[in-house]
Amino acid sequence: MSEHKTMTLTLIVWRQKNANDPGKFETYTAKHITEHHSFLEMLDVVNEDLINTGKEPIVFDHDCREGICGMCSQVINGAPHGGQDRTTVCQLHMRKFKDGDTIYIEPWRARAFPIVKDLIVDRAALDTIIQAGGYTSCHTGGVPDGNTIMIPKPIAEEATDAAECIGCGACVAGCPNGAAMLFTGAKVSQLALLPQGRPEAAARVKNMTEAMKECGFGNCTNHYECQVACPKGVNVKFIARMNREFLKAQFA
Amino acid sequence: MQLLTSSIGRKIVMAITGQAMVLFAVVHLLGNSSIFGWLNGGINAYAEHLHSLPLPIIIAFRLVMLALVCIHIWFGIQLTIENRGGRPRQYAVKSVQKATFASENMIWTGCLLGLFLVYHLLHFTFQVTNPETAALQHLVPLHDQMVPNVLGMVVAGFSNFFVAFIYALALVVLFLHLSHGIQSFFQTMGWSCDKSQPIIVKLGTLVALVMFLGYVTIPLTIFAGILKG
Repeated sequence: MSEHKTMTLTLIVWRQKNANDPGKFETYTAKHITEHHSFLEMLDVVNEDLINTGKEPIVFDHDCREGICGMCSQVINGAPHGGQDRTTVCQLHMRKFKDGDTIYIEPWRARAFPIVKDLIVDRAALDTIIQAGGYTSCHTGGVPDGNTIMIPKPIAEEATDAAECIGCGACVAGCPNGAAMLFTGAKVSQLALLPQGRPEAAARVKNMTEAMKECGFGNCTNHYECQVACPKGVNVKFIARMNREFLKAQFA
Repeated sequence: MQLLTSSIGRKIVMAITGQAMVLFAVVHLLGNSSIFGWLNGGINAYAEHLHSLPLPIIIAFRLVMLALVCIHIWFGIQLTIENRGGRPRQYAVKSVQKATFASENMIWTGCLLGLFLVYHLLHFTFQVTNPETAALQHLVPLHDQMVPNVLGMVVAGFSNFFVAFIYALALVVLFLHLSHGIQSFFQTMGWSCDKSQPIIVKLGTLVALVMFLGYVTIPLTIFAGILKG
């Protein structure tokens, strides 16, 4: 530690015992933080201090810590994942902050995401949307030969762009309406673009958007905050594509 | 009917009714601009032309417009109430990147436009707010017939600072509402992609601005005494 300049930060963190607890902000001091710490590592340091002083550590979701799993879910100073372009919280580093900064850390806030504890929310609603149609039904059997279904490269690339969604829910957290349109749009588009997804496309878009509504997500009002929040740069064009698929499905 | 109950369906209904009203507003502006004299007989001739249409057409048109307004307001309120509940607690720090004042306040600009619409209809269509200058009561000669003096009514109306101010204010609100509404229509209908979407946002704002300038010229030129009755 001694060779690094360290920072001291003030953290204002949302603490909530369980879903029924009203919750409140608590203030902590993060000491001995270097610019090389990731945001989650900074919280690890704070939590070690808390544990050493006999206090309850801050509970937060995390898994891969390399920006691909979609588990970390914190709103930092009002921005999901901290507001750095295409970055999850785990890939956000403390060099983005200055010594003496005050940082607000909150959980995703949306009706469809009840808070489990502190910074952890229950994102099962996204699974419910997937279960409603985010799949293709295939016959089992022998593995088909490669390239038996030709897919033009631009289409394959666009489908892959949609498939970049890691399901973290930042789009919902960033949306003033708590809508899951970017998530659902990405999933609907990814499958609708590919020939394997076409047979079920109409039923899929109807069922997934209906599940979205039933889960308590809000409706899209085209603020486009979701696109800014998305750590994978999923574009709102996929919402437009889903809208198009939805309209087509009405006549299918 | 999934169009009337689902999340995207109701958005599509909002988009179509809204865009139909935008189209009306564009035609309304083109017609009103006859006040500057490009039509032989000016706005009086234009008004007479509209009123000489068969009565069933006029009634049907007004009923359709009324239905558009009611549907747009009904779903607008319904969706807004649902959306306000979408995030039960606001973040301690508000960080807005792409949302705009216009996009965040559609319900309020919409409500104000609704109120203005009522006043506007009472003022110039039903002519009950200022009966002393009501066009229907003051006929003027035009091409061998007597027609309502719409020009006189409009000029008398906008010569009053308070009236001209209300109209100018309402037009600012219209600009805000349309600057979000026009681009929103294309996104909701799915008629945009990553390349076209930022252009559509700019064009939507431009159209809203042109409409604002076009409309506001009428009360401004009258109040400034440039356009006379």
